[in-house]
Amino acid sequence: MKGRSLPEGGRVALALLMATLALVVLRNLLPDPLIRLPQTLILPFADWINAVFAFARDDLGLMRVTRAFSDVVEVCLDVTANLLYGKSRWPRLGPIPWVVIAASAAVAGHALAGWRLAALAGGTFIWIAVMGQWKWAMETLSVILVAAPFSVALGLALGMLAWHSRRAERVLNPILNIAQSLPHFAYMIPVVVFIGVGPKAGAIVTIIFSVPPMIRMTLLGLRAVPAEIIESGRMSGTTRLQLMTRVRLPAARTELLIGVNQVIMQSLAMVVLASFIGMPGLGQKLLQLLQALKIGLSVEIGITIVLLAIVLDRMSKAWAVRQPSHHDEGSGWLQRHRHLAVWAGLVGLGFALVTLHPYFAVVERAQALSMAGPVDAAVGAFIDMVSPVTDWLRWFLITWVLIPLRDGFLWLPVSAVLVFLAGIGWAVGGPRSALICLAFFLPIALSGWWDRAMITVYTVFVAVTLALLIGVPLGLLGAARPGRARRFLLICDTLQTFPSFIYLIPVVMLFGVNDVAVIAAVMVFATVPIIRYTIEGLRSIPPEIVESAQMSGAGPGQILWHVKLPLAVPTLMVGANQSIMFALFMVIIAAFIGTQDLGQEMQRALSSTDVGKGLVLGFAVAFMGLMADHLLLKWARGRGT
Amino acid sequence: MTENDVVISCRNVWKVFGDRPERLAPRLTAQTTAEDLRATGQIAAVRDVSLDIRRGEMLVVMGLSGSGKSTLVRCLARLLNITAGAVTVEGRDIGRLTETELIDLRRRKMGMVFQSFGLLPHRTALENVAFPLEMRGQDRRSRIARAHEMLALVGLKGREGYFPRELSGGQQQRVGIARSLAVEPDIWFLDEPFSALDPLIRREMQDEFLRLKGMLAKTIVFITHDFDEALRLADRIVLMKDGAVEQIDTPERIVMAPATPYVAKFTQAVDRCRVIRAGAVAQPVQGPPPEGTALPGAETLHALARRIVGDSRPLIPVADARGGIAGVLDRQAALDLLLGPVA
Ligand SMILES: Nc1ncnc2c1ncn2[C@@H]1O[C@H](COP(=O)(O)OP(=O)(O)OP(=O)(O)O)[C@@H](O)[C@H]1O
Ligand SMILES: [Mg+2]
Repeated sequence: MKGRSLPEGGRVALALLMATLALVVLRNLLPDPLIRLPQTLILPFADWINAVFAFARDDLGLMRVTRAFSDVVEVCLDVTANLLYGKSRWPRLGPIPWVVIAASAAVAGHALAGWRLAALAGGTFIWIAVMGQWKWAMETLSVILVAAPFSVALGLALGMLAWHSRRAERVLNPILNIAQSLPHFAYMIPVVVFIGVGPKAGAIVTIIFSVPPMIRMTLLGLRAVPAEIIESGRMSGTTRLQLMTRVRLPAARTELLIGVNQVIMQSLAMVVLASFIGMPGLGQKLLQLLQALKIGLSVEIGITIVLLAIVLDRMSKAWAVRQPSHHDEGSGWLQRHRHLAVWAGLVGLGFALVTLHPYFAVVERAQALSMAGPVDAAVGAFIDMVSPVTDWLRWFLITWVLIPLRDGFLWLPVSAVLVFLAGIGWAVGGPRSALICLAFFLPIALSGWWDRAMITVYTVFVAVTLALLIGVPLGLLGAARPGRARRFLLICDTLQTFPSFIYLIPVVMLFGVNDVAVIAAVMVFATVPIIRYTIEGLRSIPPEIVESAQMSGAGPGQILWHVKLPLAVPTLMVGANQSIMFALFMVIIAAFIGTQDLGQEMQRALSSTDVGKGLVLGFAVAFMGLMADHLLLKWARGRGT
Repeated sequence: MTENDVVISCRNVWKVFGDRPERLAPRLTAQTTAEDLRATGQIAAVRDVSLDIRRGEMLVVMGLSGSGKSTLVRCLARLLNITAGAVTVEGRDIGRLTETELIDLRRRKMGMVFQSFGLLPHRTALENVAFPLEMRGQDRRSRIARAHEMLALVGLKGREGYFPRELSGGQQQRVGIARSLAVEPDIWFLDEPFSALDPLIRREMQDEFLRLKGMLAKTIVFITHDFDEALRLADRIVLMKDGAVEQIDTPERIVMAPATPYVAKFTQAVDRCRVIRAGAVAQPVQGPPPEGTALPGAETLHALARRIVGDSRPLIPVADARGGIAGVLDRQAALDLLLGPVA
């Protein structure tokens, strides 16, 4: 702003920021209501929500509807549970021997993307079986297998509805925005109220949680079908239904399958977390082991979850990008259906192996391999080596950085925070943005959870700041060469497919269970998008601009500082936005290793099945995310990418 | 039915794009200009078009890019609902057809070739061609057979199993042509159907096209940018400018008697001799007709050039379609047209 006269909006923003400063400086002179809202102003949102829920459940008979739906889900769950791990339910055919499943996965991998994916998919299932985790992994998979199709069907239906009617879209859009920024736990509490705990509830919460991306991709895909394809369909004399099922949906195939990919990944993330509401499987095992600080065993489970995530992601993505291609003239049935034939052969072979030795059907606990011992020993040795450093670091961070910062955030008067946000909003997008910021943050103050919310804000603030400090240089390093950039992006992509829960393993291993561990987990999780978008931002700079700067005689440092970084900043902001979203999700998840923020309260709400409280807390988190989203994206757009 | 009965007829058809153009409908008159509408933020893609297309006629629509050709054709097929006016097809106002009637009309009567092909990406060439038949509920075996036949007709034998993305632009266009012909439509709309073809295949397709046209007596609306193509194929040409019809006439009259300066400019570069038929410039016979062989009146001067140059008679007789003498051709005037006036 040096020397330039401020535009009108800038002056208002500046005034608001000065007012903030005044409120902070004069804090101790302020009347109490400006520091914390008086109790009389706190609105009982939770009671209202509970009243609505009680009405819906008891008077509207919603309970019966949800019960009916969950009964259908339960029947499906029983089928997959029987097939995958032999739960004694209809159709009583299972369990399918693990060799058969591993072979099927490998064939599917090959059919979709060739040998590497075949090896990865087959290898993953062999690993799971050999390490003796088969039952847990199948418990997890059996839920995904049921939940993902339900989510896809629901998402397709709602997406088509939104596409069909503007009004439906206008209603759905804000709901989706909030739904996609609600932390996982906020979904669990109402489900526990309506369904209870256990695998059925886990499946239902997974279904609900994974629907939003499918709705979005359906809408996007249907919108993107070229007009002439639809017109050619209409000229062929299609009815509306035929046009939808035979022209629009198939032509939107890629987008729809990307939606399926997102549903699967969301399902996996949720299924793992659903252990908090009594969902058995890998997540529950991991939770127990982490709480018992059994690092070696949790690393084993962690590897399994990571492998499953990669396999599911790669397979569904390969399916999405695969384009149909013709068969050669005169090729026989066997040539056309090579994979089917190979699969049938391998399945036969698998069953033959089972008759030779039961090991190939089920790996007993005693036969399972484990590397927990050596891992524990290695981790122990490593911790002993680094503990002087980490202990000091932990002490230093807690005493000198984290606690003072947290106290600082808590010390801030409510009025100062609100005026500050209005000022920032005004500076970024004028009065509209200022109002939007207030609309998102004022309810948090009114809800009575201000202090908890400030602790969440502080955690996210510290974690994202650290993530920026680490992520941007790493991104710069990655973008230096095209080959390296591709490798970095691949790693980031892969890391992003991991369920957030996984990130807790290494930090618990290093720091134990405390504030620093929480910050570290959030930070690691939030760094990934920063690295990714820094690289993307730098890569997308047109080479001519850099060349012209070189011709003006700028050195590499100058080019980076004056040309590349400013051009990459809008993209970087998109990354920061995602980073904040990730951080908010992670903070809430990390609650179970000990925090005092909204997440902890949410866990309490979960255990006491208090829907109102849970949703109020969930909305508080969502509103923070949505406000950050509005500010950063508005700003990035203003900078004109 | 007579040779001249009208199949498609447009009366004061308007198509306006923009937000809620239907509000404008009552206020659209022949005097409304594109500028008036642009001032209100609307785009008039078709302005006050009235024309009749007769059975078996081939109407070629020409005009610069953005002049509203594709939009007009889409209005004729009711792919777009028109803003004002009426389109009747075989005596029925298609604006008033119910959805079922419209679907039925398209399944039985209409075929369309699209400018950018509009092939279904998830279906093979064969399945694309069979698609309209499938919609019509034809059984699998016969529709596959028909699709094979159509693909062979457009020279794509052996590519039946290919997906659109595996075909070149010209091949995709030919699949589109085959698809539009599969249902044997009476009315055939073609939006720049040969634009993606190389000159050789284009010529072949045009010949094939003329043959089909002669054989099947279809009513055809054909959009092209290529005047030579228009001259080869058209019974009549519609010339559009900014959505309005500038002139609708036979190729000859478009060239020889342009209705507006714009049409004159548009046809400036056209070689007149390729358009003008001997019959059209023949003068009535005064006195006894000249001796010797007569020139066929239906041929263009260009086609007759060699004979005119080689003929020494100052007045050459011209025969009409029935073999009688239609008139005489002034050799000097014809040579002037062919070679340009003497300097
Ligand atoms: N769906 C639409 N919405 C708004 N404007 C449109 C739409 N379709 C066409 N137009 C406008 O109508 C005018 C006529 O378009 P049209 O496609 O009919 O031109 P055309 O004569 O077929 O051109 P070309 O030779 O390039 O194919 C153009 O100005 C175009 O921008
Ligand atoms: Mg066009």
